Amino acid sequence: MSKVVHEFTTAIPEWKPYVKPLDLAEASAAQLEALKITPSNTKVSDYVLVLAHDVETLTHRSPLFNGVMYNKGGLSRAEREIGAVGASIVNRCIYCAAVHASRYNQLAKDETVIAAIFADGVDAEIEPRLKAILDFSVKLSKCPSDADASDMQALVDAGLGKDEILDLILSSSLFGWANRLMHTLGEPIAE
Amino acid sequence: MAENNDVIAAIVGIEPGSALAEVVAGRADIMALTQQTHDGALTPVASGGLTHAERAALACRIAKINDDKDFEEHFEALLDSAGPSSDTARIADIWFDGGSDIRLKALIRHVDLVAHAPKDATRRDIELLQEAGLTDADIVRLSELVAFVSYQIRVAAGLRLMRGLA
Repeated sequence: MSKVVHEFTTAIPEWKPYVKPLDLAEASAAQLEALKITPSNTKVSDYVLVLAHDVETLTHRSPLFNGVMYNKGGLSRAEREIGAVGASIVNRCIYCAAVHASRYNQLAKDETVIAAIFADGVDAEIEPRLKAILDFSVKLSKCPSDADASDMQALVDAGLGKDEILDLILSSSLFGWANRLMHTLGEPIAE
Repeated sequence: MAENNDVIAAIVGIEPGSALAEVVAGRADIMALTQQTHDGALTPVASGGLTHAERAALACRIAKINDDKDFEEHFEALLDSAGPSSDTARIADIWFDGGSDIRLKALIRHVDLVAHAPKDATRRDIELLQEAGLTDADIVRLSELVAFVSYQIRVAAGLRLMRGLA
């Protein structure tokens, strides 16, 4: 029996869309280009096939997403994942939270931080630097944003450089985008 | 639109040569892709079932819901330049709920929900759009618009706070 997941977890569910993914047989040249479909690469997730309905944003979104999460320098990849998790908690995107929490665990080789965040949210007892990162991400993700000068100062006090702060702003904001697609256009299903 | 070359830089007031400009230059690729997505979401070549004027008017609502005056003005200017009908221009009025127009009412309801409280969205909210006559492709276009604008507003909000750093 498959069932919808409503609680935060690091076990990555399957994402089932509420709308029909693009049928590759009906895809335009621009859609195939944005999907990077080649004869040797025809595997595309349902999520990306859903987004392919709006090819003029998908074309830029994919490289933007990869740049924000994986480009060189600045904030560590693990700490960018905390930015993603903070947003996903505010927006209750169970799927995004699962993917990025488990990625944090892999990168940091530690499961205690995510366990504490899933149990206690912003009250999680985690080291000060991660706490400042989580707090900022959560506040920026509210609508309207609740982040203020003292939250920014807390990042500086926790030792983040300006390049790292910019990367945190980008990863937290990016999940304000991703959550609003993933959580509204489909649902997470446990196998 | 030359004045829209980089909406975030203009709105945040990133002075060329400033410390903030130098930091942001380190992620110039991301900022350029952000602007390109803005154009793809607001003024796409193939706009599907959502006109440029409707997109700008809905984005204006999203800016208001985020209490962001600068983005409100930006999207208002975009709306004006699209030459909207009076009905379409009304979408930007946060107190207007679409009235007796079923499609408009569904668009506005969904945009307000997803901008403000995406956590509350369910399968039923997508069904309401489908029942109002939106195609699945237009539902994705609408979703990208709300999602992208919510992102862009947050990037600018964070950069405004960075501007205050010594």
